[in-house]
Amino acid sequence: MAQSQVRLGGLLLQHQYGEIVENVGTFLASKGSFALRDITDGTKLGVNEVKKALCVLIQHNMMDFEKNRRGLIEYTVHINKVLLITRYPRYIYCAKTLYGDVGEFLVEELLSHGQMLMSQVCRRVSDRITQALEEGQSMDEFQVRKTFVELVKTHFLQRVASPPSDSGDNADSETELQVMEKEMFLIPPAMDIDYSKVHSSVTSSSKRKREDGEEGDKVAKRPRSTSPLSDEKNEDAPDKGVYWHVNFTRFHQFFRDQSVLSAVNSKIDRYACEIVRTMLRISEKTTVPLAPTTHPMSSHEIFQNLPPELDLNRQTLGEYLTLLAEDKTEIVNKAGESGGGMYVLNMQKALETLCKASIESVVQERFGSKCSRIFRLLLMKRHLEQKQVEDMAMIPAKEAKELLYKLFSENFVTMQEIPKTPDHAPSRTFYLFGINMHQVSRMLLDRCYKAMGNLISRREHENTENRRLVEKSQRVDAIAASLQSSGADTTQMSEVEEMITPPERQQLNKLKHDISKLEQSELQLDETIFLLESYLPGSAAMVMY
Amino acid sequence: MGGRGRGRGRGKPLSFDIESLGFQNKKELPKSKEEPPPLYPPLEFKPVPLQEGEEANYLLALKQEFRGSMRESPYFIKPQSAKKDIERYSDKYQLNGQNKRQGLGWTPDWNTFPKELRIREKKPKRLKLSVKPSLSGTKLKVKGQKGDAKEAENKLKQILQAEEDGEDDDDEDDEEEEKKKKEAEGEEEEEEELYDEEDIEEGTDYALSYFDNGEDYLDADDDALEDGPVY
Repeated sequence: MAQSQVRLGGLLLQHQYGEIVENVGTFLASKGSFALRDITDGTKLGVNEVKKALCVLIQHNMMDFEKNRRGLIEYTVHINKVLLITRYPRYIYCAKTLYGDVGEFLVEELLSHGQMLMSQVCRRVSDRITQALEEGQSMDEFQVRKTFVELVKTHFLQRVASPPSDSGDNADSETELQVMEKEMFLIPPAMDIDYSKVHSSVTSSSKRKREDGEEGDKVAKRPRSTSPLSDEKNEDAPDKGVYWHVNFTRFHQFFRDQSVLSAVNSKIDRYACEIVRTMLRISEKTTVPLAPTTHPMSSHEIFQNLPPELDLNRQTLGEYLTLLAEDKTEIVNKAGESGGGMYVLNMQKALETLCKASIESVVQERFGSKCSRIFRLLLMKRHLEQKQVEDMAMIPAKEAKELLYKLFSENFVTMQEIPKTPDHAPSRTFYLFGINMHQVSRMLLDRCYKAMGNLISRREHENTENRRLVEKSQRVDAIAASLQSSGADTTQMSEVEEMITPPERQQLNKLKHDISKLEQSELQLDETIFLLESYLPGSAAMVMY
Repeated sequence: MGGRGRGRGRGKPLSFDIESLGFQNKKELPKSKEEPPPLYPPLEFKPVPLQEGEEANYLLALKQEFRGSMRESPYFIKPQSAKKDIERYSDKYQLNGQNKRQGLGWTPDWNTFPKELRIREKKPKRLKLSVKPSLSGTKLKVKGQKGDAKEAENKLKQILQAEEDGEDDDDEDDEEEEKKKKEAEGEEEEEEELYDEEDIEEGTDYALSYFDNGEDYLDADDDALEDGPVY
């Protein structure tokens, strides 16, 4: 697993931050923690280049550094955080659905810059929105700040824990080592204005206008200020030193809840989904985030918290809860009879169910429905002998044997030997076939990483193969654009456009289609990766940091 | 079972009786594969089409835009251009553009970053030039004895240096030259930079000419061996 992770992480770093960062990142990811000197020796890069790469990695919260016993600073890269790069679009989209365009821009800026001051990011976002708006309108920075505070309140953003300072002159550096947990989501006093006073009527209308304008050219590149951070003076910022970054765990929790909800929705119906949503909302206050099960809540409590527009009476709620509790997915468990029945949400179980379903569909799509039948049978009965599999799956013996062995050789099925006699003679041994969910998920996760790596390198290959063509079309586009702005007539325009021959245009279209298909696969593969990661215990997605 | 017992039964090719598995003799056993599996094995089942829809399209657009913008961002470190096959006159001017990107391109908050990562922007150093001939001179001698092809290059450089000594306030030329010098001295220079940066910065490069890291000593020894072998 680690190997494919490192490969994928390297590819991602290369695309995101360039080859040098990739070299440094893969070196550290595969070898462990090292001091600056060892990194330059190990990667055969110049000191300055390594320094730059380390700065970039630290800035994007992918790296930790620590003084070792000899007083040298050692750098450690977190490959798990590097791998999250594939999920960036999803975070941005999630912020958009929850907090509108402002939320989207805020998260996008924070992701592309790693960590930023609140004042910095708010200014940039309001500038960007103002640019996108029509002439004479502007986005109020206070509105942006309000959204920012909301994002922090819901824990989607968090402070960057300030690392140990290496200057050594700080007497109280011990206390400064980390931002305390409760401060993680504290808005610095300088920025903490009563945002409720700012009325939002003006901007809400302008926001809608913006969206109208955007509908048409959603795919088109949105204007983005390219001015590097260095242009802005952060010395005089009122919230100096308090950096923010995206709280991935909170996003993961949201994704997890969303997928569980949609599973309930498609399995039972909308009402059941709303009930589970209500239970989740109640548990937000009582349960620590990411706990496998929630605290028990009574049906009375659930009833009181149901959204009023749902219009469910108490009896129907009771029926729904019984239905949910008796469902074999075991997302909702009954914990007791008091208070009209106590119920618990079992998120770990829910994830397992989802994971199982997606593994089943993997088997179905890769080996066909007969294999899938055998697989489900084994999941249900846990351990079966070969003979039993043949009988119970109702598949002819020869074929069943073949399919079972195929699954076995592809590591989807494990085998347990139980010898009757101590000599392990094959004729006197039970061979029990079964499925180890953790092992299968881990294997699939590894495959997913590999596949993701392959997708990215294929995309890169397509790009390099057609580089000449792409560059040409970019040049032609630039010429056409400049001609258009200077007011050329149509004949001239068509002349320029004819510089790209029809076969070339065909090839360009094919390239574009292929690349978007590859990227689409990357995005959807990431959903599987997320599911598997969050199911596996101790995996990256569901660890608080 | 398996592996461990195998050592005993040397007479037989396998540790167990293959007849118990239903094979008559060894020839019937499936052959072991000796070649790697094909790169693109034939697909038995066609993959299902990707999900489509507004959400998927928007995510795709987001991804492409984000990817594109990262390329332009200051965090994307472009590698220094590889060594040229030949030195061109025009290189001098192209390098100027690159030298401007020598710094980070963005300013981290140094309170939260390790201080050692700070890259000092190079400033033109007059004093250093006076030291150089002696350094590169020894280098030239050593290499020259080995009949290295770098001899010509070094000479060229010396001439260039002499020329640039004459020129007065072209900063970028200086930087370029420094780079060349760095190339020539390789490791040694880097090491010094790591520890003596402070000194160089303040112009006390007296130590530079004085300091002998012992590398030349070994080189000289090697040459001695080559010249007259010691029996």
